[in-house]
Amino acid sequence: MAVEHHPTSTVYERVQQGPDFQELRRRFRAFAFPATAAFLAWYLLYVVLSGWARDFMGTKVVGFINIALIFGLLQFVSTFLIAWQYSRHAERTLDPLADRLRGEVEASAGAAAAAGGGAGEENR
Amino acid sequence: MSHETLAVILFLTFVAGTLAITVWASRNTKDATDFYAGGRSFSGVQNGLAIGGDYMSAASFLGIAGLIALYGYDGFLYSIGFLVAWLVALLLVAELLRNSGRFTMADVLAFRMSPRPVRTAAGVSTIAVSIFYLLAQMVGAGALVALLFGFTSDFAKNATIVLVGALMIIYVTVGGMKGTTWVQIVKAVLLMGGAALVTLLVLGKFGFNLSTLLRDAADQSGKGEAFLEPGLRYATDASGLTGKLDLISLGLALVLGTAGLPHILIRFYTVPTARDARKSVQWGIGIIGVFYLLTLVLGFGAAALVGSDAIREQNSAGNTAAPQLAEEIGKRVLGDAGGTILLAVIAAVAFATILAVVAGLTLASSSSFAHDLYAHVFKRGQVTEREEVRVARIAALVIGAVSIVLGIYAQRLNVAFLVALAFAVAASGNLPALLYSLFWKRFNTSGAVAAIYGGLGSAVFLVAFSPVVSGKETALFTDADFAWFPLENPGIVSIPFGFLCGWLGTVLSKEYNNAKYAEIEVRALTGAGAEGAVHH
Repeated sequence: MAVEHHPTSTVYERVQQGPDFQELRRRFRAFAFPATAAFLAWYLLYVVLSGWARDFMGTKVVGFINIALIFGLLQFVSTFLIAWQYSRHAERTLDPLADRLRGEVEASAGAAAAAGGGAGEENR
Repeated sequence: MSHETLAVILFLTFVAGTLAITVWASRNTKDATDFYAGGRSFSGVQNGLAIGGDYMSAASFLGIAGLIALYGYDGFLYSIGFLVAWLVALLLVAELLRNSGRFTMADVLAFRMSPRPVRTAAGVSTIAVSIFYLLAQMVGAGALVALLFGFTSDFAKNATIVLVGALMIIYVTVGGMKGTTWVQIVKAVLLMGGAALVTLLVLGKFGFNLSTLLRDAADQSGKGEAFLEPGLRYATDASGLTGKLDLISLGLALVLGTAGLPHILIRFYTVPTARDARKSVQWGIGIIGVFYLLTLVLGFGAAALVGSDAIREQNSAGNTAAPQLAEEIGKRVLGDAGGTILLAVIAAVAFATILAVVAGLTLASSSSFAHDLYAHVFKRGQVTEREEVRVARIAALVIGAVSIVLGIYAQRLNVAFLVALAFAVAASGNLPALLYSLFWKRFNTSGAVAAIYGGLGSAVFLVAFSPVVSGKETALFTDADFAWFPLENPGIVSIPFGFLCGWLGTVLSKEYNNAKYAEIEVRALTGAGAEGAVHH
């Protein structure tokens, strides 16, 4: 390959300022940012309790299964749930809008700038 | 037949199979996209398995099972951090990286910044993180062969390190990303299968009653119910506030490090679209999550059925807990032959695990050397794809050779801390640079360079003066004491420091490119201009 190929085109700035892209970014961030804050807080709560609240964590719930184990397993559950919820969110509300914008960008940027797979083809 | 012979036969079968795949993959490796990114032609499911194969190291298989077997609940803390970390990759990194980069982490940074300084920084950090991780795996391989195959001489350990190194060099130089990915897929299937089989037998032994298993584990551990609670390994009562802060520091590095590990990041480039990258992370989360649940049973099962004393007798760190459990449960359920077979299977799987992980690390570091440092920094982009790939192959050979030599030299040293250091550097340097780059309009070259060197430098510096390097019996240097930093894990200081450096570097520089940010943001979120799969 010859150069750092980042075709600069104002089409990106126009799209970025457009209402559709603003909406896509809003939808993406509206899920990703709060979800990240939530799982990090939830995880840190677990770590802090493991360090500072031993008696609470050691409380037995069923047989020899205690709160520490349940709390740990709930971290697995929450991870699986967030991953699943995110994919539903992305498929329903992000992907269709992203596809449309991608089409717009690639159509107006022209073959040289950003045709589908164009960035790679330049180097062959 | 002894378990050693059988294990060697099984392992050689794995090697023969993966070498055949590698040769096959080499025929389909024609250009840079094939070598670096497997032609971007893997499906989400395949890449999800490969992510599992890349991530589930011997440290997490043997190490976590051993930690749980010896220290009970605290081993579980590790697995939780390792798993939750994948949400950072899923929500903030995987898709955006896939859309805006090509082959390496630096591609994303170089997109809107001065390419030479940021590629240099990202290349240095990538190679450093990969070598730390690689070295820990190589030394682990030498120790494992003694434990699993009964070869205890220095010659056998060194020969093992050379063999592991030679195989990883072949996988990477011959098979590129395609060969490496298939090795990881095969390994993931074998590891999951082996772990699931032993887990099922163990659970069957306890009538599928988790509470009974926990009761027996606590009884046999000699620690009673404390075995089922946090505090035997991390943040022990004796360690006071320092121990508690160390636990949080470790937790932060684990949860934030994964999405900054170069060998994980390059996996996102192997699929045709961002949607496949998303899907592969979801598969990865599923596989890795289930795997850590299996290790929970393996660890407590080993404590209950093998007993801490028998485990400690073989290896004081507990690394043989899983193989010992396999032998014990096989013997109890299927007779002596069953014990031999299961032990051999788990031993061979453990070796396959090491091979797949070291191959991924070698590929990540040699890709970054060739693509970032050689092609863009030394040659300023004036290089053909062919030559770039040739350099990547040579780099893999050199990095492999260097890690063989270092691995042999470090054989007698306690280098287990290197894995935690790799995570800390990834979380402190790479992650801030990546996140700022993807989400902060104002971010610029000096910010990226400051974040990476600040994070890398502070993590390495703090570890150098921590109790893992000197001043303790288990330290790297036992006969010196220059440790003034009290924590074993630097993350709680170095991660905020890395983010701070990135911010400070940015605001102190006037550089600012709105058009480029618009381009990377639009590309990252929509996939416009992203490279698709290569069809030959």
